[in-house]
Amino acid sequence: MTALKLSNVCKSFGKVEVLKNIDLTVEEGEFVVFVGPSGCGKSTLLRVISGLEETTSGDIDIGGRSVNDVPPAKRGIAMVFQSYALYPHLTVRENMALALKQERKPKDEIAERVAEASRMLSLADYLDRRPSELSGGQRQRVAIGRAVVREPELFLFDEPLSNLDAALRMNTRLEIARLHRQLGASMIYVTHDQIEAMTLADKIVVLRDGRVEQVGSPMEIYNNPANRFVAEFIGSPSMNFVPATMLGGPEGQFVGIRPEYAQVNANGRLKGKVVHVENLGGDTNILVDIGDDLTFTSRMFGQYNAQVDQEIALDFDEGKCLIFDKDGQRI
Amino acid sequence: MSKARHNPLNSFAAHAALIAYTLIALFPVFVILINSFKTRKAIFRDPLALPDGDSFTMIGYQTVMKQGDFFLYFQNSMIVTVATLFFVLLFGAMAAFALAEYRFKGNMLMGLYLALGIMIPIRIGTVAILEMMVSTGLVNSLWALILVYTAQGLPLAVFILSEFMRQVSDDLKNAGRIDGLSEYTIFFRLVLPLVRPAMATVAVFNMIPIWNDLWFPLILAPAEETKTLTLGSQVFIGQFVTDWNAVLSALSMAILPVMILYVIFSRQLIRGITSGAVK
Ligand SMILES: Nc1ncnc2c1ncn2[C@@H]1O[C@H](COP(=O)(O)OP(=O)(O)OP(=O)(O)O)[C@@H](O)[C@H]1O
Ligand SMILES: [Mg+2]
Repeated sequence: MTALKLSNVCKSFGKVEVLKNIDLTVEEGEFVVFVGPSGCGKSTLLRVISGLEETTSGDIDIGGRSVNDVPPAKRGIAMVFQSYALYPHLTVRENMALALKQERKPKDEIAERVAEASRMLSLADYLDRRPSELSGGQRQRVAIGRAVVREPELFLFDEPLSNLDAALRMNTRLEIARLHRQLGASMIYVTHDQIEAMTLADKIVVLRDGRVEQVGSPMEIYNNPANRFVAEFIGSPSMNFVPATMLGGPEGQFVGIRPEYAQVNANGRLKGKVVHVENLGGDTNILVDIGDDLTFTSRMFGQYNAQVDQEIALDFDEGKCLIFDKDGQRI
Repeated sequence: MSKARHNPLNSFAAHAALIAYTLIALFPVFVILINSFKTRKAIFRDPLALPDGDSFTMIGYQTVMKQGDFFLYFQNSMIVTVATLFFVLLFGAMAAFALAEYRFKGNMLMGLYLALGIMIPIRIGTVAILEMMVSTGLVNSLWALILVYTAQGLPLAVFILSEFMRQVSDDLKNAGRIDGLSEYTIFFRLVLPLVRPAMATVAVFNMIPIWNDLWFPLILAPAEETKTLTLGSQVFIGQFVTDWNAVLSALSMAILPVMILYVIFSRQLIRGITSGAVK
């Protein structure tokens, strides 16, 4: 069964078209991540799915039921917001119980579900505190708990980790992954973060300007991007694009080379001067000026000793190169 | 920031400034209070002296109690002020929420129209208001005053509150919608508590002019049973002789309820500021 099916969904604010003909399916139990540059419509798409915004045209099915005219609370979804959005005047327990109370569930069932969720998210010690008495990480866990108790068919996350610091982000990421395995629920997750997208997703949806650019598993998108935009957007540091003429190829084509496939090699085809070196400990990123105002990034594994202004030559694995035409489409 | 706060010199300067301001602000109140307990002669001989054995008298308070129905006036003022504040805050907040939260045609125009009243003094319309009150039979009733003051207070209330409501996190309201809260619950339970400081500000701004107003009580409700405190106190101010003891005593008593209301609102103000916000 499909958890979510969008057909031809459009959304405009006045004259501004924010979502353009979105078609998308989320299978049951699937973890789908939306990525895309800021302002491309990720949050809007999420709000349209949740019913907080109406579609301008198109159909939304959740769990095989058309929900175009169903209010958010009855769509079988739960949402976790970037700013946590906990009710400041309610305790953690009441925050989690509120939605169930609205649905008029029996008291003991509510208590049971809240206890279950708080155990899952290690919130049991904080149940009687107010949100203002919790740390950022705890608040986000409460927000997740509030979604979990509703046992929705579809979870929606809008950049849930972006207010957390790096260590906490990693922990909460693992927690979300574990939650997904445990509950087996379908989830949609919006993020800016490459690592979150690559590690959590069963399926990544790359959006640009309100359009779906590509849908695929993380490795599919990484290894086989449909166009230059996707190739550039996924992967960090991002892919290098070299005019094919520089490498003896035809006019008007570009060769895309991922930084890790370009290694220092005395007989390399790309020569230039080092402009910057980033030592990350595990990897070393070397930025090389290869002429024509192009800065080429090479990612060396391990620690590599390179000096700024040093002349260097790079070579790459031709089998791993991607060729794009001048409009950015793959050839 | 925290460094500056702990610097004793800064803290001393801040406190000195605040104390000086408090003294200046309280001085007139203090003068009114002490003189209300003094004989007429003593008031004029040395207005800044404290009442002593010779000059102490309760004559002012006695006159006030005897003449006119002071407690009725008091009650009238209280009813008018509290009812007006209630309506201004309720309707003002609701209108502000609609303007801030919902996208509809003419939202901007509606907002401008509602704010227009800030620039046009309501007293310009006194004659028309009086005619309306006469034809609806509301003259000499407290409702006449409550309605007029509500109309007078709404524009600024809508203007201030809608600005604050725009700042309430959308995510919070949306979380409420997803949890199945009605728009009314979202308004009353989520948004209002978060704009409480703004509500208190609006209340304080509205309260004092209403309490002190002489114009509309004189025109719309001059009857004995609907007189407000300010209007009632006028009997002591004559064209030729003024009973200063009575005037000062009446004023002293008139300050009290305003102060109580103010304390209530300012506590709301502080609680609003310190309560846990969204993040
Ligand atoms: N209520 C609105 N009225 C008008 N335009 C809007 C509204 N909400 C969003 N937009 C526009 O829609 C576009 C997409 O916004 P959206 O918030 O979905 O972006 P996003 O992909 O979530 O960005 P980010 O990654 O920064 O969160 C933006 O250009 C924004 O200006
Ligand atoms: Mg967003």
